[in-house]
Amino acid sequence: MSDLLSPLEGEALILSLRVALWCVVISLPIGIGTAWLLARKRFPGHLLLSAVVYAPLVVPPVVVGYLLLVLLGRRGVVGAWLYETFGITVVFTWQGAAIASAIMGFPLMVRAIRLSLDAVDRRLEDAARTLGAGRWRVWLSITLPLTAPGILAGAVLAFARSLGEFGATITFVSNIPGETRTLPLALYSVLQQPGGDAPAMRLAILSLLLAIVAIAASELLARRMRKQLGV
Amino acid sequence: MLSVDIAARLGDFELEARFEAPASGVTALFGRSGAGKTSLTNILAGLARPSRGRIALGDRVLFDAAKRVNVPPDKRQIGYIFQEGRLFPHKTVRANLAYGLGRLAPEQRAARFDEVVDLLGITPLLERRPKTLSGGEKQRVAIGRALLSGPDLLLMDEPLTALDAARRAEILPYVEHLRDVERLPIIWVSHDVDEIIRLADHLVLIDQGRVTASGPLIEIINGPDFRAATGRREDGTVIETTVAAKDAANALTHLRFPGGELRVPGVNVTLGQRLRVHIMAKDVAIALDPPRGISVLNCLAGRIVGISDPDGADVDVEIDVGVRLRARITRYSARLLALKEGQTVHALIKAMALDRTGRNRSGTPGT
Repeated sequence: MSDLLSPLEGEALILSLRVALWCVVISLPIGIGTAWLLARKRFPGHLLLSAVVYAPLVVPPVVVGYLLLVLLGRRGVVGAWLYETFGITVVFTWQGAAIASAIMGFPLMVRAIRLSLDAVDRRLEDAARTLGAGRWRVWLSITLPLTAPGILAGAVLAFARSLGEFGATITFVSNIPGETRTLPLALYSVLQQPGGDAPAMRLAILSLLLAIVAIAASELLARRMRKQLGV
Repeated sequence: MLSVDIAARLGDFELEARFEAPASGVTALFGRSGAGKTSLTNILAGLARPSRGRIALGDRVLFDAAKRVNVPPDKRQIGYIFQEGRLFPHKTVRANLAYGLGRLAPEQRAARFDEVVDLLGITPLLERRPKTLSGGEKQRVAIGRALLSGPDLLLMDEPLTALDAARRAEILPYVEHLRDVERLPIIWVSHDVDEIIRLADHLVLIDQGRVTASGPLIEIINGPDFRAATGRREDGTVIETTVAAKDAANALTHLRFPGGELRVPGVNVTLGQRLRVHIMAKDVAIALDPPRGISVLNCLAGRIVGISDPDGADVDVEIDVGVRLRARITRYSARLLALKEGQTVHALIKAMALDRTGRNRSGTPGT
């Protein structure tokens, strides 16, 4: 890899993958829970929750980054408490970048999972109940497996969105080489310097390849999954 | 014994049901589509909740609004076989069948699994996916799956409706096996008269969300409420008979009933077997004197005990031939013969008219 990629490119690539992976890991359980709430439950505040979840789709990313800074910054409401209680800082770290891209990708993930939850035949769940399965067993043995293609799609969308995240990330965790400088940020940085056209093109192609590989892999996986599910 | 006394409001639909079903045999829940049959079975299974009332199965209370008891569906031990099978698409037939096995004692599971798979003839299907099964195969697997969950009662919601005639004939013997050999009480939801005549011993009529009649099948099915539920086309008389003799030379079977004997075509029965015969009112003719030189084989003498509105387009005549037999003739014929109550007449029934229905009940004597 060191022959193919410059140290800067390798660093940005690894960092991008790490951020995207953690973005999916932290948002997946919350995303499944939120999708389930939105798809299956009727409660006061349903509309508000759905508005908040889908807001990052339409709000400028820089606004999301700024709000994160206000909330999670060292002197922010939650950030100060985190720092004083656990000594944790997320601002200007790669973990912060993962949080920022998780929030930006969250609506895509929730939408995909919710659609596939809506498509699950509730009558199958009823049938499972009459066969002696409690709510948890029905969820784990019927609902979750039948929703799996949607969960996979949601995870891939969030992963891909994270690879491309720029605005919220640069606002919240800045552009620190080796810590928060992911591929898009690296591309932006080289463009700021004279003679950056060639390295910028290389980074652009790298980003493109990564996205295509991710989408193709998920498509293959989804196909196998559908076959497994017999649907 | 299943005792039900509930009221429920489901959207705009109001359901009020009060009936009891015996602890053995098939109880048919009969009504038009939209009458509330499926809503009622969902309530029995615990999938829908009544607003008031009580449901008890034997000494187990499943629902009691006053005492705030509502046993969840997974604790009711009521097997439910749905019209569309509802097999789990992501599981093999084997995994579908085994889904409810957890309710059986661990040492019973393997033997019971083999027994049920064998009974339903689904061994070759075990590793297949539901998507690749035919309609009849799906229903057999669904029956096996419910059976393997160790139910105290089986709800079958029009399990044959989605099947063609050949597939229905394939499933019915299994249901009879459950009734006669496994001795599992069954609630059979249907709007098919032939099905319930063949299977049921007890009948609950439901119309527009209300139970209009409930009782032994023969009693209810020959009563006015059933006639109101089916419409005139299906009008007739159902009588219980026993196979008295087989006339192989003439390919006829003699059936004995309290009014005498009926001869019907075919000999594919066993002596002593009990059969229900459905005699359509329009298939019964009336003669003042026993006719001669006629192909009709069954001629039953009896007294007229009832005549419907003589000014209608056609006239229903009830003749007591040992059982009350309903005949439907034209107004013209009724006037021509000057029929009146108390008169003795002869009811004529073609043997071939009895070929179609009710001929296939294999119930053992005494049930």
